[in-house]
Amino acid sequence: MTKPALDTRDDIRFLFGNEERRLRDIDPQMTVLNWLRLNERKTGTKEGCAEGDCGACTVILGEPNSQGSMRYRTVNACIQFMPTLDGKQLLAVEHLKSEDGSLHPVQQAIVETHGSQCGFCTPGFVMSLYQLWLDGGEDDRGAINDALAGNLCRCTGYGPIIEAARKAGGISATDPVEQKRRSDIATRLSTMVEGADMLALEMPVGRYFAPRSSDELAALLVAHPDATVLAGGTDVGLWVTKMLKRLDPIIYIGDVADLKSVREKDGVLTIGAGVTYSDAHNALGMIAGDVGELVRRIGSRQIRNAGTVGGNIANGSPIGDTPPALIALDARIALRMGDIRREVALEDFFITYGKQDRAKGEFVESIIVPKPAAGVQFKAYKISKRFDQDITAVLAAFAIRIDGGKVVEFRAAFGGMAGTPMRAKKCEAALIGKDWNEASLNAAQLALTRDFAPMSDMRASKEYRMLVAQNLLTKLFIETTAPEIATRLVGREAAHV
Amino acid sequence: MSDNASKAIDTKDPGELLAPTPGLSGGVRSASKHDSGPKHVAGEAVYVDDILEPFGTLHLAPGAATIAHGRITKMDLSKVRSAPGVVCVLTADDVPGVNDVSPAHTHDDPVLPDGIVQFYGQPVFCVAAETREQARNAVKLAEIEYEELPAILSVKEALEKQQFVAPPHVMAQGDAKSALARAKHRRSGVMEIGGQDHFYLEGQITFAIPQEDGDVLLHCSTQHPSEVQHNIANVLGRPANAVTVEVRRMGGGFGGKETQASQWAALAAIVAVKTGRPAKMRLDRDDDMVMTGKRHDFIVEYDVGFDDDGRICGLDIQYAANCGFSADLSAAICDRAMFHTDNAYFLGDVEIRSYRCKTNLVSNTAFRGFGGPQGMVAIERIIDEIAMTIGRDPLDVRIVNYYGTTDRNTTPYHMTVEDNVLAELTNDILASCDYRKRREEIDAFNAQSPVIKRGISITPVKFGISFTTTFLNQAGALIHIYQDGSVHLNHGGTEMGQGLFIKVAQVVAEEFQIDLDRIKITATNTGKVPNTSATAASSGADMNGMAARDAAIIIKSRLIAFAAEKYGVAEAAVRFVPGRVIVGDVTELEFADLVKQAYLARVSLSATGYYATPKIHYDRETASGRPFYYFAYGVACSEVMIDTLTGEYKVTRVDISHDVGRSLNPAIDRGQIEGGFIQGMGWLTSEELWWDDAGRLRTHAPSTYKIPACSDRPEDFRLELWSSGRNVEKTIHRSKAVGEPPLMLAISVHRAIADAIASVGDYKVIPMLNAPATPEAVLNAVANVAKGMIAQSHDAVPAAGE
Repeated sequence: MTKPALDTRDDIRFLFGNEERRLRDIDPQMTVLNWLRLNERKTGTKEGCAEGDCGACTVILGEPNSQGSMRYRTVNACIQFMPTLDGKQLLAVEHLKSEDGSLHPVQQAIVETHGSQCGFCTPGFVMSLYQLWLDGGEDDRGAINDALAGNLCRCTGYGPIIEAARKAGGISATDPVEQKRRSDIATRLSTMVEGADMLALEMPVGRYFAPRSSDELAALLVAHPDATVLAGGTDVGLWVTKMLKRLDPIIYIGDVADLKSVREKDGVLTIGAGVTYSDAHNALGMIAGDVGELVRRIGSRQIRNAGTVGGNIANGSPIGDTPPALIALDARIALRMGDIRREVALEDFFITYGKQDRAKGEFVESIIVPKPAAGVQFKAYKISKRFDQDITAVLAAFAIRIDGGKVVEFRAAFGGMAGTPMRAKKCEAALIGKDWNEASLNAAQLALTRDFAPMSDMRASKEYRMLVAQNLLTKLFIETTAPEIATRLVGREAAHV
Repeated sequence: MSDNASKAIDTKDPGELLAPTPGLSGGVRSASKHDSGPKHVAGEAVYVDDILEPFGTLHLAPGAATIAHGRITKMDLSKVRSAPGVVCVLTADDVPGVNDVSPAHTHDDPVLPDGIVQFYGQPVFCVAAETREQARNAVKLAEIEYEELPAILSVKEALEKQQFVAPPHVMAQGDAKSALARAKHRRSGVMEIGGQDHFYLEGQITFAIPQEDGDVLLHCSTQHPSEVQHNIANVLGRPANAVTVEVRRMGGGFGGKETQASQWAALAAIVAVKTGRPAKMRLDRDDDMVMTGKRHDFIVEYDVGFDDDGRICGLDIQYAANCGFSADLSAAICDRAMFHTDNAYFLGDVEIRSYRCKTNLVSNTAFRGFGGPQGMVAIERIIDEIAMTIGRDPLDVRIVNYYGTTDRNTTPYHMTVEDNVLAELTNDILASCDYRKRREEIDAFNAQSPVIKRGISITPVKFGISFTTTFLNQAGALIHIYQDGSVHLNHGGTEMGQGLFIKVAQVVAEEFQIDLDRIKITATNTGKVPNTSATAASSGADMNGMAARDAAIIIKSRLIAFAAEKYGVAEAAVRFVPGRVIVGDVTELEFADLVKQAYLARVSLSATGYYATPKIHYDRETASGRPFYYFAYGVACSEVMIDTLTGEYKVTRVDISHDVGRSLNPAIDRGQIEGGFIQGMGWLTSEELWWDDAGRLRTHAPSTYKIPACSDRPEDFRLELWSSGRNVEKTIHRSKAVGEPPLMLAISVHRAIADAIASVGDYKVIPMLNAPATPEAVLNAVANVAKGMIAQSHDAVPAAGE
């Protein structure tokens, strides 16, 4: 096994707008939002919730891409830690005006459409619209909704902002000035961190390591088995902003190059643990439209740009949105500790609430998802109070193969019904080998009550959870036997971007 | 306030401008952009937390109670005091003056409680430290012990135990009992209506800067700077002139920063005065949601009588409101619910009873609509119930119950409705939204769609404009013109995003006939305009617009007198036209030149203006009078789709026609209507407040409390400012208030969902849909309607769930 790089550096290097910054002596768990507001006195970026849910703190992170240009992504500055900026470009609302003081087209569009009222959420919307603009602009309402799902506005009712999105247009990908600008920035960023050693901050208040390879990561985790593994920070960030925890050390996997790939071979998808939802979206959406729609609805764009599929699994949330779907797809995960690797079926990884089959020092390396065999239909349903950017009350995922009117294969997995994402084995057993008709449907629904005893909380009562879970079987029945019947309010068309 | 002042204004009726004045940039009727727009989008608009902090600024964090009701038996804060960075720790003992910030002088809102905790999350101490992080960390070190007392956690229980924050109140017209006894048809039921968190994007915040003599300047995010000033003076034990409150802008208010700002302002002020250092109290979002009041949840019980046409001939209705642990503004809020029992309908013989229930929950407060929405959503459900009982289209039952214009036009509080435009408004929207045809299409769709069902509803809004506490209907303004002709405008209204500042500036631009960019809109400040009312009750533009116009007219009169004398013309010959002043046929000057000449001639270029709303009076003892100067009207048609397997829904189309009178600024008014509608939709659909058995609010952040997101805005949204709108009263340029009324247009969404649910039972079983209509509530209603179909008898229309 490779030893961890002995050589480290202790400065965070990034571009703040076009200005190069090298920061030392910064608390590794200081958020980007606090740095902007408290250290830089750049108060355009606002704190609305400090948990990544309202978008008032939206900023853009730029990273060099494989084509020597830049890729820009919105994130929530309130739950992004400063050292994660290393090697990136940070753009805040203050960077948008041109040098002569004139507003950027997206800013101008919001002014003209009367898209700001109290104005507090506005800088966040500006940044989300700026992202759209950088990506070439968008006219489609669905795509605009999706880009803005993570930005809450309590004043306008969104109409003028949607209009502004359309009005602002976007920059052409082939615009030569923009192309040159992006490649210049990419070059600067690459030069700044080129050949540089692993970022390691060892401060009295806490330590932070950003390994570059999974070998380095493995070694670091063996050395620091109690470390907090940080990926997108969409969960860990809240431990700091809400629970006021001190995390020490933090090991960040976002710079681990070999955990960031999505590969497909022989009908099996392997997703590195560091792959964000945004980067996994396409590949997962190709498995089935419903998987793509599920990924779209797991959180806002800002959350998907930061959060990882691996993180959603490793943190073991009982309502993690991807695990039930992945369990229904019979996914496995690859774990590694030091040089020892093992694979485990995802459904076995979740032991009980708050407990997963992961030893100290061990980490999730990848998620292995077999594509459903020919003839298997895959359906997933997410039930929440709000369609976008909401945590699920009940999630159901079904992989079913019907042959000659009989259910020959059936895997059903649920989220929100138990302490962990879980298969409904009694329900499965009630259907497999049976005629796919109302009687067996009813039997399967009854079996669900033996599979699960859900609880009541702020998202739903136990009675509703059970009733919906049963009704989702009805929905599956209708969709697989009478596809002409309308059964969906959203996500009707296979949603993968 | 003397009658003379309002008469003076009365004689200066602004007239009947139909369109913007040509040649004038930014006068009334123009769709001027929000004055802060360019600053908002650039991140340059300064909110309280953005003010550059002076050296030595302290940061505060509150420490919360962890029980719903009980006595503090031990409070050991020694570890808190010795935590890193902590400079001082406040408890009730540290309040130098009166430990109370109650808005209605009920003396039941302690800054910090003295011994008794009244709700889970109530702040019981407060830490001031060098950094906010240090303050928040120190809070965790407190050791507090309690002796728990029985806690009342629901309005139902409070009503049973007769626990009230204010006495019950009754409003009546005729004899409801005998009218009900005589009625051909009769229905009774219960509706539960949830509360709502304001979810202003900027949380509560005050930044206190100590001044000499122990005075304090507060930068506070509040809709009611005068009340904060007076409360903080009391808390400090100082006269009101020792406290100055300044509000440049808020990041949203919606009623949540009317009374709820005082507690945090008080804590910051105490620390600033005590330590001599600036002190900032900014609540974390979760603390904000746990510790500040919300829209009241209600339980409404009703018994209604009606004839074969669905005409209401008797109503007995009872409201029980969850006020929380203290009175706050609950008495007035509950009154407004009673005032809006009728919404748009003549109720005839009616008795309305209201109970203001005391619970061990956070004290509820003002929220856009101020009780009106709860009253109106109940009557709209009742109307639908009547319609289903007699098998009529709900719209027809609505129309048959509309107030008349010459008869059937007295409200339950004995006010004659003089300005009813609902018949016309409804006709206009009926024509434009194709309601009848769409209803047929929906029936056809539902007949062939077993899972997805569609529903549609039209509901009206009639909302009373004025503070029902009559003395609050007064406003002041201050205008200076400087020697270069630039204008400094100030008034008592606060800017929370609603566009008040731009509207008032437009009024002043119109009066002086100068371009809007000559007017500097300045922060609301209790040192400039004193004794103001809250920017609330939708009255901001009505009252401050009039007060500012009054100030402008005073200066203008001086300028006219000066010009007339100097140039030897009659005063009537001095005319203000865009950018210029015509002095008879003698001369024509730039506005700035006239101002300069007037200054040199020692003419005062500064004036205060004042306005008190005329005509209104109300006797609460007899529950009668004219509490409202006029009514604002609107009609909305909403169409939805529901999923009968999950209870999910989607609003697919909305048509609105809303009466803003003659709009001061059509762009701003549209923004208020759209935004108000979506906010009302949130209240009635996805926004659910959920407390656990310990009385702990568990929906205390956007992760768990779901306001509408972008995709919830209906794909097809058609909004018209009603083109025939004109206020019959002499309001500012014949406009109408627009802040609150549109929120209640969203009741059409709730009713459309109920309509879709009713289709499951072929419109033969009444869906008893409560609010909010979460997917769970919708699915339950669907299930109950399905059960009702099975149980249905032939001679009665059952209500699901009864």
